[in-house]
Amino acid sequence: METLERIIQEHPFFAGLGDEFMDLVSGCASNVRFAKDAYIFREGQAANTFYLVREGNVSLEIYAPQRKPIVVATVGVGEVLGWSWLLPPYEWKFNAHATANTRAIALDGKCLREKCEKNHDLGYEFLKRFAQIVVNRLEATRFQLLDVYSAQK
Amino acid sequence: MTAAAAQLDAMVPCPGVVRQVAKDTPDTFTLTVSRENEREQNAFKPGQFSMLWMFGVGEVPISISGDPANCDQLTYTVRSVGKTTEALVSHKPGMSIGIRGPFGTGWPMEAARGREVVIVAGGIGLAPLRPAIYEVLNHRDLYGRLVLLYGARSPRELLYRKELAAWARQPNTQVLVTVDYGGLGWHGNVGVVTTLFKSAKLQPANSIAMICGPEIMMRFVTRQLGECGVTTESTYLSMERNMQCAVGFCGHCQYGPHFICKDGPVFPYAKIRPLLDKHEL
Repeated sequence: METLERIIQEHPFFAGLGDEFMDLVSGCASNVRFAKDAYIFREGQAANTFYLVREGNVSLEIYAPQRKPIVVATVGVGEVLGWSWLLPPYEWKFNAHATANTRAIALDGKCLREKCEKNHDLGYEFLKRFAQIVVNRLEATRFQLLDVYSAQK
Repeated sequence: MTAAAAQLDAMVPCPGVVRQVAKDTPDTFTLTVSRENEREQNAFKPGQFSMLWMFGVGEVPISISGDPANCDQLTYTVRSVGKTTEALVSHKPGMSIGIRGPFGTGWPMEAARGREVVIVAGGIGLAPLRPAIYEVLNHRDLYGRLVLLYGARSPRELLYRKELAAWARQPNTQVLVTVDYGGLGWHGNVGVVTTLFKSAKLQPANSIAMICGPEIMMRFVTRQLGECGVTTESTYLSMERNMQCAVGFCGHCQYGPHFICKDGPVFPYAKIRPLLDKHEL
């Protein structure tokens, strides 16, 4: 049976993270499941967790009045869901909607924030990793905004 | 000039009859055309294109999007974006058009044998890649895993939706589709095509990649392939410019030292990489 430590260690997000940090991270981790159509978090709620998606698919949605939610991106297997836990005001900016039965490792952001404050080396490792995710999402968003598939008459 | 001589002249269109016009998306149609002459003339390599002539309107280069094993007809997927393409998709079965070609280099199907074939398509760029997909699926034992990553603007602009589902059911085949804007009723991926690479689990040492789509998208994709470990030598792109004569005479499609019509449209990335980085080319 796979242990939480093993799963976390093998996740690409934690690739290269020193053993000295793994215990600190694993101590804040738990296994979670979400049924299809469950909301993992909602816009405006306190953001104190992030997730390593192991199975399933999650839509990031934004609520619009008098219409159904708009999906801005999807997060799938092997990806990280949520970074609002890392920086103030620690509030989710989107809804996260499981569009399939979803399994994930939940990492307690509050617990990790405290550990990062105490251990700045761990904090730097987290910031480097999340900065990469943020950069990738920003590039993808710019690419999306270019609307490259539109017809150019 | 005799009919036989005319067939050999790349500048003379052969008559063809439109057999079917099927609507794929709100502005994209697939035409099935048969030539009035020999069946052999319909033979083509995946990635090649024809010049289609609408009498009294004009001529346009259109990639062949059908099955290379089917020599009874030629298939073209056309996006209606101008006068000539609008005329082309307005044709009814039984009407005539002129056809020149096939022209250009094709996808590197020989080099792909025994390797993982990674196909990355954006928008209507799936059309010139479809013959390569047919080729792999028709000769499944000759090729390794087939990975198709396809991005489109929205669900209603996805081409060949039924085929995408059928290809995904084939053994040793992974089909991942995403759209930039999901909209209601879409339960698939939302995001640009490069976001699919995380789920593709490529075997870069043995991969060969074929890309077709808007040039900006291809630049993003080549960068992503590089990050995944696929070499520039194993990456191929289909380029697009203003092709008119299709045989390298007129120079309209000159791209640095190359003519897209004659030396392309499919190029090894390693060969054109410096040109892709040149602005205003």
